[in-house]
Amino acid sequence: MTLSLKKPTYPVPGLDTFPKLLLHNARMFTDKDAMREKEFGIWQSWTWSQVAEEVERFALGLQANGVKAGDTVLIIGGNRPRTYWTMCAVQSLGAVPVPTYHDSVASEMQFVIEHSDARVIVAEDQEQVDKILDVKARCPSVELIIYDDPRGMKGYDPQEIKIQDFVTVQAQGEAIRKDNPNQFQELVNQGKGEDLSIILYTSGTTGQPKGVVLTYDNTLLTGYYGGLLEGLTENEEILAYLPVAWIGDHIFSYAQSYTMGFCVNCPESTETVASDMREIGPTYYFAPPRVFESLLTNVQIRMEDAAPFKRKMFKYFMQVAKKTGIKLLENKPVGLMDRIKYALGNVLVYGPLKDALGMGRVRLAYTAGEAIGGEIFDFYRSLGINIKQLYGQTESSVFITVQPDGEVFPDTVGTPSPGVELKIADNGEVIYRSPGAFHSYFKNPESTAATKTDEGWVHTGDAGFMTPNGHLRIIDRAKDVGAFNSGKMFAPKYIENKLKFYPHIQEAVTFGDGRDDCMAFINIDLGAVGNWAERNNIAYASYQELAAHPAVNKMVAQSIAEVNESLLDDEMLAHSQVSRFLILHKELDADDGELTRTKKVKRKLINERYKVLIDALYEGKDQCFIETEVAFEDGRVGTISGDISIHDAKTFNPVVQAS
Amino acid sequence: MSEPLQQMEAASKLLELKNIDLSFGGVKAISNISFDVMEGEVRAIIGPNGAGKSSLLNVINGFYHPQQGEIWFDGKQRHAMKPYQIAYQGIARTFQNIALFKGMTVLDNIMTGRFTHMHKNMFWQALWKGPAEKEEIENREFVEHIIDFLEIQAIRKTPVGRLPYGLQKRVELGRALAAQPKMLLLDEPMAGMNVEEKEDMCRFILDVNDTFGTTIVLIEHDMGVVMDIADRVVVLDYGRKIGDGTPDVVRNDQTVIDAYLGVSH
Repeated sequence: MTLSLKKPTYPVPGLDTFPKLLLHNARMFTDKDAMREKEFGIWQSWTWSQVAEEVERFALGLQANGVKAGDTVLIIGGNRPRTYWTMCAVQSLGAVPVPTYHDSVASEMQFVIEHSDARVIVAEDQEQVDKILDVKARCPSVELIIYDDPRGMKGYDPQEIKIQDFVTVQAQGEAIRKDNPNQFQELVNQGKGEDLSIILYTSGTTGQPKGVVLTYDNTLLTGYYGGLLEGLTENEEILAYLPVAWIGDHIFSYAQSYTMGFCVNCPESTETVASDMREIGPTYYFAPPRVFESLLTNVQIRMEDAAPFKRKMFKYFMQVAKKTGIKLLENKPVGLMDRIKYALGNVLVYGPLKDALGMGRVRLAYTAGEAIGGEIFDFYRSLGINIKQLYGQTESSVFITVQPDGEVFPDTVGTPSPGVELKIADNGEVIYRSPGAFHSYFKNPESTAATKTDEGWVHTGDAGFMTPNGHLRIIDRAKDVGAFNSGKMFAPKYIENKLKFYPHIQEAVTFGDGRDDCMAFINIDLGAVGNWAERNNIAYASYQELAAHPAVNKMVAQSIAEVNESLLDDEMLAHSQVSRFLILHKELDADDGELTRTKKVKRKLINERYKVLIDALYEGKDQCFIETEVAFEDGRVGTISGDISIHDAKTFNPVVQAS
Repeated sequence: MSEPLQQMEAASKLLELKNIDLSFGGVKAISNISFDVMEGEVRAIIGPNGAGKSSLLNVINGFYHPQQGEIWFDGKQRHAMKPYQIAYQGIARTFQNIALFKGMTVLDNIMTGRFTHMHKNMFWQALWKGPAEKEEIENREFVEHIIDFLEIQAIRKTPVGRLPYGLQKRVELGRALAAQPKMLLLDEPMAGMNVEEKEDMCRFILDVNDTFGTTIVLIEHDMGVVMDIADRVVVLDYGRKIGDGTPDVVRNDQTVIDAYLGVSH
């Protein structure tokens, strides 16, 4: 599939907005299901033509209530058909929908209500309406609240704000439609691809949330190109269970559904997602790594409880799957005997297991957001589930890179998506230019200017590099990345994460920025190493004594050597092997200000406090005396002092490949 | 009082107890109690331990038969009846100690609450196809609305015995609602619940009252809850009525305060 991306390629020429696509789908796929929701124990469905009618009636009703082009309309709701219809209805008027997280508390909601200038809010139920009424005094712009679920709404009649039922608004729209059947079509025709389509507020770990403004060309084209790349059709089934205010859900359950014409299924409630998924059997699925992880843990726990025969069968066939499953998925050659074993395993184990997970029909699954453990990744792939990683953010309308079929590696996030230009900036930061690159931050020109250059390059804030086979690897947040004296990149967290993967290493701090090579402080895990010491008859009285034990140092040296060897695989990181290390005499502690409360290393403080040790590492000394203050839990302050021995770690010379 | 006004008052009175006396052998559980429940109100019965609250509920429910006094329900005087006959009249209840079928699923438990609405005889039930199936589908649909109302979709197929206490209480409320009662008797619906579960239950009780217009009579120990959700409160002590009125009136009544805080007799 090759796309000419010089100019936008729409699913159907001229159909450059979602409302236009909706009317098109209503003609194309008239009686095909567009949306389902489980309600009263039964899956209720709406065809594309029914959805178009619902949207039309609500849009005209909104217009009758004064919503006009350029307005913003706040949407507070879970994954329900009416939430998605509201988005399209608002868009068809030329107004901009602002979906927000329905589980946020009133004070968080207040910021978004205020900042978005919304005059009209469409809320799911009484709970959401209550939150709005709580903060309405500070949000004078709100004039009308429309609610979906009438339960408990009897007797709500505040003076300042008009409150209306969704159905009532639709009835107003219906009356208008009777008088003027073409009004909706005329409204829809006015939309253009470069118009604003949605504002999504990002949670923002620092400071206030930012409203990311996206155009139709951003979301519609990115969703469409992504769908073409993976060969999605109108026959896909997807379960909409992630927050609608999150860009992922907006692309997968809205943009791609409209551009590809496939059906979106809404679960009965947030607690029933697992069983609803089993009933629907989605063919296209997204989940963050932690979901895949917890599903796997569940499977393992339940297998431990299973009868011995079943347990043995599971273990045996999972071994078979590990050996052949991934090869089969990637169409690589597999022997006949292995094929027969895998086929048998499919009948006895993999099939039923996938069915229990609701993944029996999954053709394509994505995961993103953070690194996924190689073992978890391989587990699903060996079952024949085509799970792939992608890399993206709200500002890029999700897709920056995706792993192509047959080139799926646990430690990279794939190659650039269609239309995406990717560059690594001089400081190692990943920057991109793409059809999905956001329009601006809403009412925040400073942040927009800081993130997006005039030529359209967007800064991700992540540091990464391209592997020789053209894949992107993300290694760290850009602000933590430094450089060796040789000018080569130093990514501390990447190495530290590799070290912390060993159960006996609790914490690691690496140094290398502005130095010749990489060295490390290690904290051992008292639980794991203590246990090991007991089993090996090593006596110790304190953390300090255990940390200083030669056998422990030897064990850590071994782990570091293994990490060093694994770093060899990466041309970009081969030079950041840990050459020397020491095991700290005390555990790094949040009480001493060395860690944040969320257990993140405070590099600057450690650099200052342990300067003696860092100097000793780089001066090549074998030993160093240190005295540090420690705060005890009762608030008293004491000191810990002692000699710390410094060890060399085994490093490996990069093999220069003859080319 | 003019005649139409009298009629109107009579019509809006759903239940009236007149001079009820109930004793077990020599023990007098209830003596000379009269009170009424208006249609659509939330009526609370409170009182210290052993005051006769549950006995009174059992009298309304038809489980106990008072030795003296009259009971008027829905404009008719009641004569001795079996509890199931009372159920057919439109009174449903929940119990202080949950009385569900532990081995049955939530769905099946709530379906049992529909028995007053199943009319097909054994022949049709055994034949299954046809009228009995149609009836079952209608009832199931009603039950699904209750499941949705009480937000227990996720446990629809879970055996009740495996559920935590707070949820079991909710299921029991669901079974009582399935009967589409005119009047709902709740015996300590919030006993043993944590604050969050209590808040949920309050919400559900008010929503039931609001949405279905069901009249509710509840016994409850948590004064905060009672004062918040009840329209009127009856106070019992040693089998006698010592107070009756709106929460505000009852709260400031000296006899009631004495009964709760204790005075030297």
